[in-house]
Amino acid sequence: MTRALIKGPVADAALPEVDMSTSLGGLALPAPILTASGCAASGRELDQFFDLTSIGAIVTKSIMLNPRSGRATPRMAETPSGMLNSIGLQGPGIDRFIEHDLAWLEERGARVIVSIAGGTVDEYGKLAARLRTVRSVAAIEVNISCPNVEDRGQVFACRAGSASDVVHAVRRHSDPRMPLFAKLSPDVTDIVEITDAVVRAGATGVSVINTVLGMVIDTDTMRPHLAGVTGGLSGPAIRPVAVRCIWQIRQAFPSLPIIGMGGVRSGKDALEFVLAGANAVSVGTAVFHDPSAPSRIQIELQRALGARGFRRFADAVGFAHRPADLPREEDPDEFDFISE
Amino acid sequence: MAVQVRGEILDVRRAGAYHVLSLTAPGISENVKPGHFLTLGIGGEESSMLLRRAFAIHRVQSRGVYGGTLDIVVGVHGKGTKWLVDRRRHDPIDIVGPLGRPFVLPKEPVSTVLVGGGYGSAPLFMLAEQMRERGCRVDVILGAATEEKLYGALELKRLASTLTITTDDGSLGQRGRVTDVLGSLMQANDTAVVYACGPMPMLQRVAEIASDHQAYSQCAVEEAMACGIGVCMTCVLPVIGEDGVTRMLRACTEGPVFRGDRVRWSDVGTIPPDTLGAPTAGGH
Ligand SMILES: Cc1cc2nc3c(=O)[nH]c(=O)nc-3n(C[C@H](O)[C@H](O)[C@H](O)COP(=O)(O)OP(=O)(O)OC[C@H]3O[C@@H](n4cnc5c(N)ncnc54)[C@H](O)[C@@H]3O)c2cc1C
Ligand SMILES: Cc1cc2nc3c(=O)[nH]c(=O)nc-3n(C[C@H](O)[C@H](O)[C@H](O)COP(=O)(O)O)c2cc1C
Ligand code: FES
Repeated sequence: MTRALIKGPVADAALPEVDMSTSLGGLALPAPILTASGCAASGRELDQFFDLTSIGAIVTKSIMLNPRSGRATPRMAETPSGMLNSIGLQGPGIDRFIEHDLAWLEERGARVIVSIAGGTVDEYGKLAARLRTVRSVAAIEVNISCPNVEDRGQVFACRAGSASDVVHAVRRHSDPRMPLFAKLSPDVTDIVEITDAVVRAGATGVSVINTVLGMVIDTDTMRPHLAGVTGGLSGPAIRPVAVRCIWQIRQAFPSLPIIGMGGVRSGKDALEFVLAGANAVSVGTAVFHDPSAPSRIQIELQRALGARGFRRFADAVGFAHRPADLPREEDPDEFDFISE
Repeated sequence: MAVQVRGEILDVRRAGAYHVLSLTAPGISENVKPGHFLTLGIGGEESSMLLRRAFAIHRVQSRGVYGGTLDIVVGVHGKGTKWLVDRRRHDPIDIVGPLGRPFVLPKEPVSTVLVGGGYGSAPLFMLAEQMRERGCRVDVILGAATEEKLYGALELKRLASTLTITTDDGSLGQRGRVTDVLGSLMQANDTAVVYACGPMPMLQRVAEIASDHQAYSQCAVEEAMACGIGVCMTCVLPVIGEDGVTRMLRACTEGPVFRGDRVRWSDVGTIPPDTLGAPTAGGH
């Protein structure tokens, strides 16, 4: 298999010894970098550019019960340091996904977190039940940033009640030991309140953040640029929003497993998320700029941790929350106040 | 299989309304077939333009002092293409390729027509060469709004059995559209396959004319692409499969070359109601 031929100083120089393993509430991963749902399809295409088994896990494109065409085009617009997308969850449906995509990932030996999406609470439950029979699923990410067809298209993630209903249904139909991550929308007044609701409903942890709702108007046609009118903003443009959300959730839940994402483009960006409290970091839009980004970022993160004296990735999780009077010079190993 | 390489700009030269860029692309140029495209990272590592830009691969040289090199033809459209044509010799450039499904070549030495609109002629050079090697008759039609926007007429004239030129304003060749002359050319030469690259309305007409003459058509489409490698689903269009079912297919991996009679040209930009997984009345 051909691999990325880019060999910069990043890939060549010796890597510092850092234990990169991470633990997400029962899910142990050898490394903390994941792909973000919807930005890696089911991994196969990216395997041309880096070894899928070298990163923590592949998070697959949100899958629904039935095949789905998605929305009309144009589906994307480039924006300053970001992009707007309105794909509409195009996909083959859960059965074909299991037979075709999951089977391939299993054979490839990649760790897989399956993202599911539904239009009703019942659909989420059915998806969870269907996945119960599949061995190769390491965890489920529940994409609750979907319109609820039974409630005037209100997005599940935007209200504590509906967010909790979905997670509850998924928990009830899943293997009790299956790690569940609720993927939250930043478009809420109080993300801690939503986190509290999904944790009470049985989520193992949270994934933050999904895209930020945005819009672009084409000044030539003087109409909305996207066929879907509004779309999700992603990329470095939303990074500070993601860091803030992770920070607030970590502050409220000192030991909750958090998968962070939103605009990570370099190892330093990933480090920022980890310092804010993320136990793992997903790379999304950066893949469109650089298809080998997940493996590059993982190497850069290891280097950045080593340069700051960390010998274990886990010691850096939430490190920015340490009390102000603790001098930085001390051995970071002593700050393991954020326990798993 | 596509690879990502750090190439280098060797040359940027003007050609009418376009710029021809020569790049070193070791590991890519060796595997290019006519119709393949590549994507380029724009604006450097800290660029605020995150999305790569797609270009048809115009020609390749797999050996030489620089190892593999290739050429693309760039029309300045917005800020990304502007940045690109402002590059200087030896500037680094991040290249991913070869991408997409190339043109399917005929097994028999049949009669063919190649139709290029504007910079759409770029991928037709390699195609014409390979077709001639197979003993195919190759008639070429080039069209553009003005003479300035025609690319490569002189060289294609050398490669082709005949070359017909059309311009909207009549500044060179026949006044009108490529599709005004396609039918009679096909009739005269008993054309079996038409290959086309250019704007969507042109491709639609080419596909219709080819079908009217019981010929195959192979059309290279241009859809806005975010990733170019098949992971984002932005570049889709409605295409009818072998089983008669319409699906939203990715232009970057299942295209850019499609059989003209399979694409639902009039429905591009929409989800036809009979598409697999289309929203049902009252559904999503
Ligand atoms: C398969 C393929 C082959 C192509 N081959 C060529 C070629 O040989 N020569 C050439 O000059 N151009 C070619 N194009 C079009 C070229 O990619 C666009 O002109 C270019 O992306 C515009 O970028 P920009 O920053 O200048 O424009 P902007 O309008 O600033 O771009 C904004 C965004 O829209 C996208 N976009 C805008 N116009 C197009 C378009 N026409 N097609 C696809 N994406 C677009 C850009 O990629 C970018 O993400 C090809 C496109 C595709 C999909
Ligand atoms: C094209 C595209 C498709 C996406 N599809 C999904 C999806 O299916 N499910 C999901 O939970 N998130 C989806 N996302 C959101 C990403 O997983 C991620 O949360 C968000 O883009 C922020 O991270 P980033 O800036 O690194 O991309 C999508 C994002 C993009 C750009
Ligand atoms: S451009 Fe991303 S799937 Fe085609």
